[in-house]
Amino acid sequence: MKTLREVPCGRKGKVSRLTGEGAVKRRIMDMGITKGVEVSVRKVAPLGDPVEITVRGYELSIRKADAEMILVELLPEEA
Amino acid sequence: MAITIALAGNPNCGKTTLFNALTGSNQFVGNWPGVTVERKVGKLKGNKEVEIMDLPGIYSLSPYTLEEVVARTYLITERPDAIINLVDGTNIERNLYLSTQLMELGIPMVIAVNMMDLVEKGGDRIDTAKLSGKLGCQVVEISALKGTGIMNAAEKAMMLAKEKKVGPPVHKFSVRVENVLERIESKLGSGIPEEQKRFFAIKLLERDDKIAEKMAFVPDVSPEIEMIEKEMDDDAESIITNERYVFVSSVTECCYKKNGKGKLTVSDKIDRIVTNRWLAFPLFAVVMFLVYYISVTTVGTWAAEWANDGVFGDGWNLFGLEIPGIPALVETILNRAACADWLQSLILDGMVAGVGAVLGFVPQMLVLFIFLAFLEACGYMARVAFIMDRIFRKFGLSGKSFIPILIGTGCGVPGIMASRTIENDRDRKMTIMTTTFIPCGAKLPIIGLIAGALFDGAAWVAWSAWFVGFAAIVCSGIILKKTKMFAGDPAPFVMELPAYHMPTVGNVLRSMWERGWSFIKKAGTVILLSTIVLWFFMRFGWVDGSFGILEAEQLDNSILAKLGGLFAPLFIPLGWGDWKMVVAAITGLIAKENVVGTIGILFGFAEVAEEGEEIWGILAGSVSAAAAYSFLIFNLLCAPCFAAMGAMKREMNNAKWFWFAIGYQTALAYVVSLCVFQISVWVSAGTFGIGTAAAIMLVISFLFLLVRPHKESRRLLWEQSLRQQY
Repeated sequence: MKTLREVPCGRKGKVSRLTGEGAVKRRIMDMGITKGVEVSVRKVAPLGDPVEITVRGYELSIRKADAEMILVELLPEEA
Repeated sequence: MAITIALAGNPNCGKTTLFNALTGSNQFVGNWPGVTVERKVGKLKGNKEVEIMDLPGIYSLSPYTLEEVVARTYLITERPDAIINLVDGTNIERNLYLSTQLMELGIPMVIAVNMMDLVEKGGDRIDTAKLSGKLGCQVVEISALKGTGIMNAAEKAMMLAKEKKVGPPVHKFSVRVENVLERIESKLGSGIPEEQKRFFAIKLLERDDKIAEKMAFVPDVSPEIEMIEKEMDDDAESIITNERYVFVSSVTECCYKKNGKGKLTVSDKIDRIVTNRWLAFPLFAVVMFLVYYISVTTVGTWAAEWANDGVFGDGWNLFGLEIPGIPALVETILNRAACADWLQSLILDGMVAGVGAVLGFVPQMLVLFIFLAFLEACGYMARVAFIMDRIFRKFGLSGKSFIPILIGTGCGVPGIMASRTIENDRDRKMTIMTTTFIPCGAKLPIIGLIAGALFDGAAWVAWSAWFVGFAAIVCSGIILKKTKMFAGDPAPFVMELPAYHMPTVGNVLRSMWERGWSFIKKAGTVILLSTIVLWFFMRFGWVDGSFGILEAEQLDNSILAKLGGLFAPLFIPLGWGDWKMVVAAITGLIAKENVVGTIGILFGFAEVAEEGEEIWGILAGSVSAAAAYSFLIFNLLCAPCFAAMGAMKREMNNAKWFWFAIGYQTALAYVVSLCVFQISVWVSAGTFGIGTAAAIMLVISFLFLLVRPHKESRRLLWEQSLRQQY
């Protein structure tokens, strides 16, 4: 199990759990990052943070600190 | 019978475009989430009985962000007759998540799938008939931009509103959750209408205290919450969110066919360059440089010169036709009418000069507004927030703070309003407090005046003004975030990066005009009034013990001089204890454009150009370079104009915070100006006095505040304590 922060650029992960609580967690879930959804890491901002991810067909920017709250299962690289 | 239809949907899904199309109104549409920060009302075109309400864009009906609270409070308490839920067809899953919440409100609802043209162009398909069946509500296809299907959507909504029939929402969660909800619903009692029961049951399950406060009778549902949380090993709020998305996924799976798989869209290709590791910042610098180079120095100067020297000066040339300037024109008319001298002076030296100084500035602002509107509408702003976040977080702000600051370079009022999209209360307050430090368009003439009069028009003056403004934001961020008032963790920075699109010409021009018009309106009202008051205060006074109208060389005896003199001692340490300068700074509170005009009037010129070339010589003779620069700094940083203060008050929504912000800005302006003046006098002339010592002390304490150690509280602790309060 990895956190979304550890998913390298260009790879996909399947969300298995969200840690944290309250407004932060609700916000992240409202944006569509829920259990079982596939998230792919698209890009890291020029200064190393935040990261751009694709979830449910759209682009979202999220800070690495918040990405740490998202536990994922790293999916194998697509051919 | 009047009907109210509310437009609800995600940010950036085209609500404002639809609103404009339905009402024929002229709201600006930007391409960054959160353009509509207040709800707006309009009448449906061709049917005055129907009122359309444009709500701010929301992702959810959670109680956590200001816009969501505004939107849901409206929906729950004022209950519109129908809702048109706008759904972005290119982003259907996340959009339908909100729909599941809206449907529970028990208000008749139509779902309008927007951007159908883009969906089809991408080769994707949405089966709206199936969608309608799955969701148990009418679904129509529209394109708000092209205007297709919009009247159909409005008519459907009107019909539903008249029928007033709403069944309970058809979407079901998993059996375990449904069982719990059923038990809570049975506890609700008879006070709540059948169609709203599910909504309140879910909110109680989610521990939504803000809803509970609104209920007359709140049953104790803690055993139910405890049970489901234990059973599903998650908190109740997350369980519900999860269930919604599971439902939405099941719906989209059968109604939505995606075609282009893994293909790079145009937007992706642009993003590869715009947010590229190496190119992002140089590109950003180039964009900013172009915007200001064009709007301030080239086209802007040309436009400003035409307005100031032509229209409000000696006249201008239209295809060989000599058109006299307005002051000359007015003078001719007044002379013909054999108008009294004092009235002529009031009109020419007071009103025309003051208002002209402001209006002469409008063409330049319009050029700047075109660029800002373009950047907002194409989607670049969100990328700027994305690349800047890392830097801004260091100052206790977020990447989103950059949008208000960038807009603030044009005008602080929309800048402050744009701060609403920042979710975290602390970040938002900090942004509101610091946005107006950046020199807005109206402060440019002050910079031009000081640079021209005392620094030979050196370019570094303007650049240093930007630098000081930016440094004030950065330092304030660092200092304030260490104070108790701003203690806490950084908020989550979750932001949608919308696909780029080419803004329509009409939209860009509309935004330009809207913002420009508010400037012009200001010139016709507040500024006109203030020039009249100023003129009276200046032309009347006491000479040899009797009150009366003054001659031009007796201005030192005027009421204004007395008033200015009262405050002047305060500004002696800053180097400009002259009452004229003090009065100029005070009139700057009415509108910053006023400062140059006031100085012009006070130094005895009927009409000064935007940057006051005529008074450069006199000004240089009456203040030193150090004092002039200190005057510039003070005016850049101190409390903004009344319009911006009004915006601050509205956005802070708290008198204590508002006055703290104004006080902080003015105190900072005073301290920085004092230090600049005292230290530059010390360095250049070598005189060391009490003022110098005070300045050095202030610099040292400022540095201390800046670097003092500060323990960053661990993330989530703050959240937890907040939750424990309930």
